[in-house]
Amino acid sequence: MTDTDEGSRLGWLFDSDPKLLIAVFGSIYLAYVLAGFAFGYTLRGQLNSLANLTFYVAVFGMAALALNLHWGYTGLFNIGIVGFMAIGVYVTAIFAKPPVAQGGAAQIGGFGLPLGVAMIFGVLAAALAGLLVGLPALRLRADYLAIVTIAFSEIVRFTLMSRTFQSFDVPNTVFGVDLAADTVGLGGGGGLILNHLSPLEALLRALYLWDPYLGFVDFVAANFIANNPKPVVDGLAYGLVLLGVVGIFYWLLTWTGESPFGRVLKAIREDEEVANALGKNTNRFKLKSFVLGCALMGLTGVLWYSGRGSITPPSFRPNITFYIWIALIIGGAGSNTGSVLGGALFAGLLYEGPRYVKNLVEAAFDLGDGPGSFGQAMAALGGSLDPVPFVVYTLNSIGQLRLVIMGVTLIWLMHNRPEGLLGHRKETAASIDLSRPERAEPGGEAAATDGGEQQ
Amino acid sequence: MSGTDEAPPADESSEPTDQSGGPAEGTAETTADAAIPVDDVALDSGTPLEVRNLRKTFGGITAVDDVSFDVEKGSLTGLIGPNGAGKSTTFNLITGMHDPDSGTVQFNGEDVTGLAPHEIANRGLARTFQIARELEEMTVLENMMLAPKDQIGEELWRSVTPGVRGDVQRQEREQLERVWDVLDFFEIDHLAEEHAGNLSGGQRKLLEMARALLTDPDVLLLDEPFAGVNPSLEKRLLEHIHELREQGYTFLIVEHDMDLIMNNCERVIVMHQGRVLKDGTPAEIKQSEEVIEAYLGGEV
Repeated sequence: MTDTDEGSRLGWLFDSDPKLLIAVFGSIYLAYVLAGFAFGYTLRGQLNSLANLTFYVAVFGMAALALNLHWGYTGLFNIGIVGFMAIGVYVTAIFAKPPVAQGGAAQIGGFGLPLGVAMIFGVLAAALAGLLVGLPALRLRADYLAIVTIAFSEIVRFTLMSRTFQSFDVPNTVFGVDLAADTVGLGGGGGLILNHLSPLEALLRALYLWDPYLGFVDFVAANFIANNPKPVVDGLAYGLVLLGVVGIFYWLLTWTGESPFGRVLKAIREDEEVANALGKNTNRFKLKSFVLGCALMGLTGVLWYSGRGSITPPSFRPNITFYIWIALIIGGAGSNTGSVLGGALFAGLLYEGPRYVKNLVEAAFDLGDGPGSFGQAMAALGGSLDPVPFVVYTLNSIGQLRLVIMGVTLIWLMHNRPEGLLGHRKETAASIDLSRPERAEPGGEAAATDGGEQQ
Repeated sequence: MSGTDEAPPADESSEPTDQSGGPAEGTAETTADAAIPVDDVALDSGTPLEVRNLRKTFGGITAVDDVSFDVEKGSLTGLIGPNGAGKSTTFNLITGMHDPDSGTVQFNGEDVTGLAPHEIANRGLARTFQIARELEEMTVLENMMLAPKDQIGEELWRSVTPGVRGDVQRQEREQLERVWDVLDFFEIDHLAEEHAGNLSGGQRKLLEMARALLTDPDVLLLDEPFAGVNPSLEKRLLEHIHELREQGYTFLIVEHDMDLIMNNCERVIVMHQGRVLKDGTPAEIKQSEEVIEAYLGGEV
């Protein structure tokens, strides 16, 4: 690359976006640390809380970035995100799970492939699903894509729950290949036990860093957290890995957007017929954008759920899809930085925040047990003007109220800042700076500007 | 198609970018007039566009009924007619936005009837729209950079693969020079960084024509290019059209303004109720009784 590229890359560092990003991340983390002190957390508690926060900031950031490719760049209204995530996780699990062991808890086995290889299958399966959904649906008007995608994600979930696909017997050899697996399947309503390596361990083992990592855990045990520090360190390390993946998503999608390809996507978002009239085969562009986004959603699903002990179909309800939409809308559709920002704000404030507020209030005031029902809470408020039972009842219902808070936030945003924090930021869709180029040979080129009248 | 989509001067870097057939031609002579490269447009005379017996019905209404005409190479042909005469539908049939019920469209000797709009555009038949359709949230520069054909960076993998992306950037840099030349030619370079949505109606028409030109067309179909354009800008637009025609581009223009067509086109096709009423020189049209009756209300 040339000097000017380096220059613009350095300039990017001093742009205000990264500052904003750092400021927002810093504020959220600071708030969580302060809340931890208020709760009187030990170091272990603090680190757990931060690891948990990092995890959600990262997964929502990834998902919002993938959705931004669909909606922000191309104008594709995908409300079936969770379906592609589920396909990614389940296919990965089927390939990664070890075969059924005698006396093991898992009833259903898998093909026992390394997790990294299985993840590739998972992501490819999500991409393939995107292709199958997109091929017919992208030719239709935009709202049909919305209908098809949400229907698809529900079909996926019901398929996962179905008894028909719960388990299969695998023949010993397929095309002469001896398969380790004997029983595989989707697990039905009971889900699958993820008895493969955790993504973190698989990654570190692949990089030959597992033993140094265990050494580091011992070091932490000796100096900071005496009692079983591994889960805490695991959580933090995995959070860091996920933030790294967010960085990769960001880089990939920025290059996608700032390119001739991204320019056509932007044109499709604005007016597909014009893009057509300029010779762009818009169906192909839409399909590519859709499939890439679905693959990234599949990967997000894998990284989100594979670290857990088990997965069950209810984890893949459409509410996850709408959480991701809220994250993107907060940050601003069309902006990658906005997507990351939206993911962080959503995870920190709306998704995890309410629980912390509740704990904070309970730590500050000793409120005791609240009333058991709404009626009792209102009776106290109406009868003796005592607000405490009502407040306690509200706090105890914070899990349900979370959805209300999200809804209120959305309505407020739609009224006051429909473009989100960084939306409509119109990042230039080109791989180079578009200002007037310096003429290489000023003498020979000067005539060019007056429009070639010599013919 | 044509191989001259690269900006002329940067020969040494053209190897990885040339996708099209004969990139060697053009560099020498287009350096002299880098603004608007003239490639094989003027190589032979003839009729690049031949429309035969086009017919299109919407429900019970016959919008275009047995329309046939030719557009001569290097000509400025006007297509006029009262509202609802079927002019825009004819345009849409030629450019693939609608499929005709019957009839054929021949472009440069090839039957392009029923091809998709992007396929027709890529064969060198560019169009503009009646109501200027800018990509509003894109800047003028982005609008212009969108248009050129054979952009290797439109393949996603090239744009995101480290190393290969350098080729994409190199081609974009070459393309950018041409974009600025065309902006200069149309005298809208001062608007380059502006979002297209902020342009005035006339400026949008200029941008749309500039954009269409960057697709390296042989024939330009302009749908009411002067509608909503103030007189001084209209004059400039006309000058540009004449200048481009002298360079060998062919124009087919739909227009309401009778005088404008009569004074500028060498051939005029008059449509009425979906049919071609008359096809001839402005003088012939002016004398035609049926045209005067159908369209001019006997006023000329």
